[in-house]
Amino acid sequence: MTDIRVDIPQAETGDAGFGDYVALLKPRVMSLVVFTALVGLLVAPGVMHPVEALAAIIFIALGAGASGALNMWWDADIDSVMKRTAKRPIPAGKVAPGEAMALGVALSGISVVMLWLATNALAGFLLAFTIFFYAVIYSMWLKRATPQNIVIGGAAGAFPPMIGWVAVTGSISLEACLMFMLIFMWTPPHFWALALFMKSDYHKANVPMLTVTHGRKATRAHILVYTIALVPFALAAGFTSIGGPVYLGLALVLNLIFLQGAWAIWRRDEGQAEADNYATEKRVFKFSLAYLFALFGAFLAEAALSRWPAYADFAAHIRILEVF
Amino acid sequence: MAITREHDLHKRRSGRNIGLAVVLVAFIALVFGLTIAKVSGGGTVQAFDHSYRPSLDPDHVRFQQR
Repeated sequence: MTDIRVDIPQAETGDAGFGDYVALLKPRVMSLVVFTALVGLLVAPGVMHPVEALAAIIFIALGAGASGALNMWWDADIDSVMKRTAKRPIPAGKVAPGEAMALGVALSGISVVMLWLATNALAGFLLAFTIFFYAVIYSMWLKRATPQNIVIGGAAGAFPPMIGWVAVTGSISLEACLMFMLIFMWTPPHFWALALFMKSDYHKANVPMLTVTHGRKATRAHILVYTIALVPFALAAGFTSIGGPVYLGLALVLNLIFLQGAWAIWRRDEGQAEADNYATEKRVFKFSLAYLFALFGAFLAEAALSRWPAYADFAAHIRILEVF
Repeated sequence: MAITREHDLHKRRSGRNIGLAVVLVAFIALVFGLTIAKVSGGGTVQAFDHSYRPSLDPDHVRFQQR
């Protein structure tokens, strides 16, 4: 544990505006959750009433927001010393910590129960587990305890497409697991690239980020290793019912670019990185965002194209893992 | 100083109250929509009337529909 839980400005209860409570739910993270959960829901086999689908997406997003509020409540001390997070509602003194905690707990309960009622018990359970994983396992335990925090904590961000899939089918399948693994393996290189050019922040907050505990050379090596480990999962999804020729072609190109970027990061030393203001690290970080959006967009494209019988017949030759 | 003078705090409270009202109305609309979707999509809805009817058994209904 760090010992920096000291001078957080305490807001008076009732002072905050509506937007401050919305900011507690991390709307930008929610947008990624909405997108991946929507893809999981739309590519799953089966039919769902549009109102049920809308409710499912809203409550998955609300659950993600609830875990964001709990994370902000717990991490208010480290948020207040990091430049990137100092303007969040609690360190900025707009929302009282207790209010954030109460909002997080209340929204967690509402989102889980409502997702269960709108879809099925397994989807509700997975959402509850995701909130628990992000708020307790990641925020309260791993984030301050181990430099592998990002790796294991990434699971929380990987669950939404699986929940979307389960909301429709009621069960977990290979496709849902591969969508999970795609985000799970993507998270470490994505965040470590960020940590390389935001180094002073994590150091100031005493968060055991890999860059702080094992050094920047080791972090560069880790980015390369995790990017290599990501590739088989990204490509394997192309051979399942959610993949196909369009996805596979795109995945090949994007993974080659990602690998090339990770290789370039690994080859550089700090002197080179500081000389061009971490241009390669910033480029790979931005690319990694586009990578994930593009691959999930390709899952959607495959689902849309497969409505065309000639394409579906052609794609069936590639979807060799569909039988499992 | 007039007692009705508008303070920044009042604006924030007003915004919060309106925001909360919108969220609650949206929640009610969503639950209503869900109820309609569940009821209309659930096929025949009938209660148990203390005596067994074959039509209560989903397997029997499926067999009849073949």
